[in-house]
Amino acid sequence: MLEWIKQPWPWYVAGPLIGLTVPLLLILGNRTFGISSSLRHICAACMPGNLPFFKYDWKKESWNLFFVAGVLIGGFIAANYLSTTTPLVVNPKLVEEMAGYGITNYEGLIPKELFNWPALFTIKGFILMIVGGFLVGFGTRYAGGCTSGHSIMGLSNLQWPSLVATCCFMAGGFIMANLILPIILKL
Amino acid sequence: MQNISNTDFEIRSENAMCVNQSKLDQTFSSLLKYTIAGIFFGIILVKAQVIAWFRIQEMFRLQSFHMFGVIGSAVAIGALSVFLIKKFKIKTIEGESIRLEDKQFSKGQIYGGLLFGFGWALTGACPGPLFAQIGTGATVVLVTLLSAIAGTWTYGFLKAKLPH
Repeated sequence: MLEWIKQPWPWYVAGPLIGLTVPLLLILGNRTFGISSSLRHICAACMPGNLPFFKYDWKKESWNLFFVAGVLIGGFIAANYLSTTTPLVVNPKLVEEMAGYGITNYEGLIPKELFNWPALFTIKGFILMIVGGFLVGFGTRYAGGCTSGHSIMGLSNLQWPSLVATCCFMAGGFIMANLILPIILKL
Repeated sequence: MQNISNTDFEIRSENAMCVNQSKLDQTFSSLLKYTIAGIFFGIILVKAQVIAWFRIQEMFRLQSFHMFGVIGSAVAIGALSVFLIKKFKIKTIEGESIRLEDKQFSKGQIYGGLLFGFGWALTGACPGPLFAQIGTGATVVLVTLLSAIAGTWTYGFLKAKLPH
C-alpha cells in the first residue's frame, strides 16, 4: 500500500480527491474552497495601509490561513515520507525543447536549474520568480480567485464568471508558455 | 451591529471566491480542522505533481492530458458534490445550512485572469502549489510567495483606478 502511495498518482485518483475538497470544506463549516484569498488576508493582517480593500475583520477568514498552513505541512509530508526519488517523466518534445535552453535536470518537482537562491539575482530568475509571483498575486485578486476558487469551486457551483476566468487563465498560460517564455529562457 | 457585520462581510467577499459563510463563532481549536484539510490537500497536490513546473509547461503546450484530467475530474466530482449538497439540503457538522453565493461578472476576470495565466506559466504554480512547494523544501519559493503577496497588495492599492 505504502509502495503504491509513493508512486506519482494518476489524474483519475488525484483529480477526484481534489474535487472532494469542495464538499469537505462546506461540510466542515460552510467554507467555500479557494486559496488566493489567503494572500489578501496576509495583507489585511500585516499591512492594510489604510486601503479600503484590506479594511475588514480578517480573523473571520482566518480558517483560510489555517488551511494554507496545512497545505505547506502536506507538501513537507508528501515530499519527505510519501515520495520516491525517481526523476519526473515528461513528454519527449518538452525534454528536447528544454535541452535547447540548457535545462536537463528532472529530479524533484521544481527545476533546480531555474529556481534557486543565486538565480534570484539573474534577469531570468528575477522574471521567473519575482515577476511571476507578482503576476500570480495581482492577477488572482484582480480576477477574484485562482485555480481553486474559480476553476474548481466556481465551476463546481456552475458560475459562468468562473468559466470566463478559467478560460482567461488558460489563454494567459498558453501565450506565456509558447510565445514569451521561450525568449525568457534564452536570457 | 447587524449592519456593521453585513458591511464587513461585503468587503470580505469582494473579489473573492472563498468566503467564510458561517455565522458561528470560531475558536482556535475549531479552526485546526482546516489545517488537517489543508494537509490532505497539500499531499494530493504533490502526489498529483500539480506543483511540478514541467507538468504546467506540458499542459500549456498540450503535450500531456494529465493536468486537464486532474482539473476536469476535480470539477466533475466538485459539481456532483455541490449538486447533492443542494438537493438533499445537507448541513455542516455544526448543524448550519450550507450557503453558496452566486458570483458577479467583472472585467477583472478577463484582465486579471490573463495576468494570472502569465504568472502561472512563469512560476509553474498557482497560489496553492506555492505553499506546497515551500513545504517540499524549495525555500526560494518563499520569495515568489512574498512577491505574490506584494502583487495582491498592489491590486488593493490600484483597485479604484483599474477597469472592472
